[in-house]
Amino acid sequence: MLLALVLLPLLGAFISWVIPDNRIRPLVLPVVATIHLIVTLLLLGNAPPPSAGGWIWLDPLGKIVLLCISLLFTVCAYYAVGYLAYRQDRPNRVLCMCLQVCLFAMSMVTITQHLGLLWVVVETTTVSMAPLIYFNKNSRSIEATWKYLLICSVGIALALLGLLFLAYSTYVAHHDATLLLSSLIQLAPTLNSGWLHAATIFMLVGYGSKMGLAPLHSWKPDAYGEAPGLVGALLAGGLVNCALLAIVRVYQICLASGTEIVFLQKALIGMGLVSMAFAAVFMAKQADFKRMLAYSSVEHVGIMAIGLGLGKGALLGALFHLLNNGLTKGVLFLSSGNIHRSYSNKTTDVVKGALTRLPWSGGLFLAGFIAITGSPPFSPFISEYTIVSNAFIEGRYTVAALFIIFLVIVFIGMALTVLPMVMGAPPTDLEQTSYRDQLLTVAPPCVMMVVILVLGVWPPEALMLLLREGAHMLGVQP
Amino acid sequence: MNSFADQLLVLVMLINLLMLGSSRLLFSIRAVAVQGVILGILPGLVHTFSWHLAMITVSIIFAKGFVIPYFINDAVHKAHIRREVEPFIGYVPTLLLGSVCTALAFVFAEKLPLAPEHRDLLFVPASIATLLSGFLLLTTRKKAISQVIGYLVLENGIFIFGLLLTDAMPVMVEAGALLDLLVGVFVMGIVINHITREFASIDTSRLQALKEE
Repeated sequence: MLLALVLLPLLGAFISWVIPDNRIRPLVLPVVATIHLIVTLLLLGNAPPPSAGGWIWLDPLGKIVLLCISLLFTVCAYYAVGYLAYRQDRPNRVLCMCLQVCLFAMSMVTITQHLGLLWVVVETTTVSMAPLIYFNKNSRSIEATWKYLLICSVGIALALLGLLFLAYSTYVAHHDATLLLSSLIQLAPTLNSGWLHAATIFMLVGYGSKMGLAPLHSWKPDAYGEAPGLVGALLAGGLVNCALLAIVRVYQICLASGTEIVFLQKALIGMGLVSMAFAAVFMAKQADFKRMLAYSSVEHVGIMAIGLGLGKGALLGALFHLLNNGLTKGVLFLSSGNIHRSYSNKTTDVVKGALTRLPWSGGLFLAGFIAITGSPPFSPFISEYTIVSNAFIEGRYTVAALFIIFLVIVFIGMALTVLPMVMGAPPTDLEQTSYRDQLLTVAPPCVMMVVILVLGVWPPEALMLLLREGAHMLGVQP
Repeated sequence: MNSFADQLLVLVMLINLLMLGSSRLLFSIRAVAVQGVILGILPGLVHTFSWHLAMITVSIIFAKGFVIPYFINDAVHKAHIRREVEPFIGYVPTLLLGSVCTALAFVFAEKLPLAPEHRDLLFVPASIATLLSGFLLLTTRKKAISQVIGYLVLENGIFIFGLLLTDAMPVMVEAGALLDLLVGVFVMGIVINHITREFASIDTSRLQALKEE
């Protein structure tokens, strides 16, 4: 089953490479994605025990990320068919192949327990996404791709150095050098603290830059702004969560070491608050709505980092938010892609009255905005509320106060961009484009919006159990 | 055998300085290729023979010494440029900075809590020095190709540290990392070609359309 999970996307990538026809090729995506989702759901029910010498195991933390990735990818895959039908002018072989290679790498991230292998597949996601950002092949998208590729590659290289430090800390402590998560957790209390500390810093910086935590987020607005909406959705909901999972693995080791966790939690809270502050500042008066979504992503990785940093009850919120943020970002990026296509512009000077011009996409964008800013009844409200209420319970009043203040500023800033975009009347001198809302480009994000609503109103018991299991692995007493 | 390894590491550090002081791109590419070959030989010197080791040696020499330099060379030829002009910081200052970093790397490595058997070897200072040289190249040069070379040097520095721990890195992971590097540089090469076509230059300082107003 686990094998199917990773081999299927690779097979799909190969098939898309073989198919010569630009129209038929995208159909591979939904087929692969649907089977992937079914396999994922089956695996969530009963995951096999650790195999391959402990290298492969789908633990509860991996399950949460896998669920988010698989759901998001399925939605994006159906959307891709509709989207690529509009973009028949561009060859889509590379796009289809890279999407599936990326799905392979992301699935692998969730099931591996070997930190070396984890690093390799995280790097694979980075490289496989680069050609996708560059899909539009103009000077702006080249610039974005270059920045993304260079900053993320260097960041990931630093994470590798951190990984080597971690292995060296076992070596100095006279154990066999290892990078298996379970052995590292077992050995953690005896590891050399200096090397462990260095390892934590480097991995936090490395995976943090991949995740887009401020001040390492500089590539994010450019890449998200220039990539097609569908790629933006996968970047914000898939790659971010993979990097987060890598940091969670570091967290597990630090937690087991007993001492290092204090530093890591402080660093996560610090970086989280800085991320939210950056987002709050740059989101106000942001004229480019895709860049605005990028800053929103910076804000939400900040929220998750704070949740991890606070520990205890907030962890539950952080893990739930991982899922909520991924799905909501999916809705926002896909609907913003539709709006972009229809107006062939992504600045708020031109884009006005989207609700009139594109009732479905405009409405979804508005609903996504309401959800992502943490308004009930959508699920991000629950996760953000869990984090902030636990901050108060733990007596972290400054963190909680700053958290709320930044959320409010972000809400106002985002509303100033989103409301004029969707409300009012569209400008009359608008260029005519061929894009109209269609089943395949509207239904997928619509389904996702319903999922977010359901998670907010009536979260399934099985999911809550999974989240509690995940939080338990991060040191929360059940 | 370890004294020979140390001599090779000194050579690696000298190559770093050569690259920092040179403006010719083709020269830098050759230098990084030589560095790659040396790194391929090193594991054979510090560990006893095994097939695993032989495979690593061959693949590293092949990838770092030939394939990757070939990709970059190709990009240089398509871009029709030979030299890095006007770096953000001049060659002499970067060279001096590089030497200072190398010296500091030795001082710093002395202070690290290394395992006793690694204390007298040059691996750790060489690794830190190479890492810092890579960073210098990355941050001070404007041409996209110089930046890729800087990234490779940085990666080489990390690789040298990894030599202390080949037991922890199973073959599959090592091969995966090398493959990622290979594909990464390949993609970078393609992007560079597109930058050349679109901007008629590979000056990354021209890449500034995307920013906050």
